Order: sequence, then C-alpha cells, then structure tokens
Amino acid sequence: MNKTKITIVDYGVGNLSSLKKAFKFFGMEADISEDPQSVERADAVVLPGVGSYEAGMRGLKVRGLVDAVRGAAEKNRPMLGICLGAQLLLSQGLEFGVFNGLDIISGKVVRFPDLENNEKIPQIGWNGVCPLKDQTWQKTIFDSLSENFNAYFVHSYIFNLDNKEDMLGLTKYGGYEFCSAFKKGNIYGCQFHPEKSGPAGLKIIKNFIDLI
Amino acid sequence: MKNIRIMPRLDIKGPNVVKPVHTEALHVVGDPKELAQRYYQQGADEIIYMDIVASLYGRNLDFDLLRSVTENIFVPVTVGGGIRTIHDINNALRAGADKVAINTYAIHRPEFISEAAKEFGSQCIVLSIEAKKQSDGFWEAYTDGGRESSGLDAIEWAKRGLELGAGELMITSIDQDGTGRGYDLDLIKKITSFVSVPVIVYGGAGNQESFLKVINDGGADAVAAASVFHYRNLSIPGVKKFLKINGINVRT
Repeated sequence: MNKTKITIVDYGVGNLSSLKKAFKFFGMEADISEDPQSVERADAVVLPGVGSYEAGMRGLKVRGLVDAVRGAAEKNRPMLGICLGAQLLLSQGLEFGVFNGLDIISGKVVRFPDLENNEKIPQIGWNGVCPLKDQTWQKTIFDSLSENFNAYFVHSYIFNLDNKEDMLGLTKYGGYEFCSAFKKGNIYGCQFHPEKSGPAGLKIIKNFIDLI
Repeated sequence: MKNIRIMPRLDIKGPNVVKPVHTEALHVVGDPKELAQRYYQQGADEIIYMDIVASLYGRNLDFDLLRSVTENIFVPVTVGGGIRTIHDINNALRAGADKVAINTYAIHRPEFISEAAKEFGSQCIVLSIEAKKQSDGFWEAYTDGGRESSGLDAIEWAKRGLELGAGELMITSIDQDGTGRGYDLDLIKKITSFVSVPVIVYGGAGNQESFLKVINDGGADAVAAASVFHYRNLSIPGVKKFLKINGINVRT
C-alpha cells in the first residue's frame, strides 16, 4: 500500500509537536525527521522553525538538508514553510548579518521598519491576512478562508519578495503593509503559524494536505 | 490597530483546575482538558497553563497531563510552574507548550532568563511577575505561587527581566487576584509606560468593564482571567463583543 508521506523537517530549531498534532487532527501521520532521505522520499515537505536565520541555515547545512529541500522544491512537491522555515526559502536573510538562504523564492528577509505609534517589535499576536487586489485564493492553501482571516504571528523580520506574482497574502502591522504569505507553484510560505491559528489555521493545513 | 488578546488561565493543582483567591488554591473548578477545549472552541486567543504548586514543592509540572490537555488545542499555550532548567523548557515545549512563564527560579537566578532566551528565542520566554503592593508606588515581587516575598521591587525587576531577554511580561496583582475588583491599574500603567515587549495582565477581572479599563487605561496588550470564565460569569465571545463595541480590536 502506498501511504502518503509527509515529512516535517527537523533541523534543530523550534517546537515541532504542535505541527505534527495539526496533521494528526486530519488523520495524517507526519514524520518528524532530520534525515535528507526522508525529505527526498516525501510526498510533501513542511519546513517549520523558530529562531535566527543564521542558526536555521546552519541547522539545515550540518544535516545535509539543503540539497534535499531544494530538490523537493525543484520537483514542485507540495512544500509549506512556516515562520523561519518560510524565510529560509528566500534568497537571503538580513538578520544579524547577511546570510544566504535556500533561494527557492526570490527575495530577502528584512527587519520591520519603524512602525506607527511605536508599535512593538516583535509582533506577537493575531493579525489579519488579505489577498492582493484582484487576487483569488481559490485552489491555494487559503481556499475558502475569509478575506482578512486572523492568524497568529510571532516575528521581527518579514518577507521582501522580488516578484509580486509570488505574493499570496498581505498583513498590516503598525501602519505598515507587508507580505505575510507566498506561493510559487506548490511551494508555500507563511510568516504566521497555521498550527497555532485556530480553525482558520487548521483549514490551511487541510488545504495543504489536499494538494498532495 | 492591533488585536488585544484574551487569555483564559488554568491554574493547575494535581489533576485539576483550581480557583485561586489571593493565589491560595481553594476550590476545584474542573478538568483541565475539558476547560482548555471549551476555551479554545470559544475563541481564546491563547491559553495560560500554570502549575501553581510546582515551585513551592520543588518539583516539575506534570508533563503528561500538559500533553493531554494541549492535544487538540490549536492556539498558543503558555506554560508555567517549576521551570528551572533548559531541559524543563524542552520538556514543556515537547508536551505542547509554545512559551514558558518563569517566575520563582528567575528571581533566584536571573541569568536563567538570558540562557533560556538564547536557547529558545525571546519570543518563547515570558517573565511572570507576581506583585504585591507594599505602599503607594511600591510593589514587591513574590515567588512560589505568591507565597514568598523576594525583597525585589517588582517594577525594577521587570526592567531587569527585559534587559535579560524576556519576550513578554505577565504581571499578576496578588492583591487583586480572585477579588473581581478589577486589575491593578496603577501597577499595570507603571509597567506598560516603559516596556518594549507585550504585557499580559492578570488578577482581578470581575466584569467586562475591567477588561476595557486595563486595556484603555492600563495599556495592556493581553488580558488574562480565570474565575470569571470558569464560572461562566463572562464568556470569551461576550467579552470580545463588548470590547469591539468599545473600539478595541479583537480576533473574532
């Protein structure tokens, strides 16, 4: 029997149990693995993570995961980057220096600019996610979610994409609008945490499973 | 404007959620798993889970219980009670916590906050301060579930905690806790006037107005409450609706 294989990439940063729980909620047993082969063989890959950009890339490199993740992306396997995991899919991160990312999505990870009303950085809490003007979320992982659905964010750095067509969602914080989600083929990234975003977040996980 | 978070708090003793009055556990409220699920379904923005005797008894919180409580909870969970090593934090995270709240051990050894923030990121470390008013403008920080005085000025301790790398502050007023007379606005105001991280306030919620006041006048980023939700005097959707009518952004 061919069983669908979802690999949650464990590269040494962050808490992966809640993500595994979210897949389990839909009856899917996701493997948490740091083995490049597990990533190569996976039908779908989730790249989670919390922490600094440099530590994240180092975590991928020392486990030999860079080529495995890139390879899965080249084959357009469903992939979901979350928070730092999504940031690592970009070309470069500017957190505590300049660090090369996986370069699967063209763009840089930059710090929030100064915000209105001295809004606090990091952003910790719930915020809305909207489609771009004239954009439809049909047949994406945001399918059937309401425009401006609320999601849970914890971050100081944001995606700064080179190509507008890669953008999937926008969020406004402290008067500043930033790209909070991207999509390129089957490769997705969310700055927020779907696994912590209540029913809306679970819907995203479900939509992602349906891509497989 | 950003969303203000509403956070029900579960005070755990043994296998039960208990109702604390002046931080002394008095009544068994119910099963933590059921309560957590009820609050999640009602739209809690986060859940606070505190083992209120772990520090006092010098033991760890019950990680197995935590795991079962958080099993089908898909909002962030902050966990506290007896956290005193990096290993404890790892265990809590693996058992379903997203952040840990540290009070007693941080007072005994402040550098633990830095060590924990370095290991897990500041966003994971909530400095919990339980403050008891001593005189006008002076609050003392207490430990061990509000039982032991530390001699530390709560305001100065908050400043120090931020320098050490705490990503959020949870401020409990021991005087107001369980009274339903409203949050300690003087204390909260004093702290929110200088901090650069989100402030969660706890202790004293009695009615919807107490939520509105501590947000508008106190500057709270997140409001935690226990009894008013446990005994259904207020509901989470009801509080959110009231806040929204009064111009406060909340997730609905």
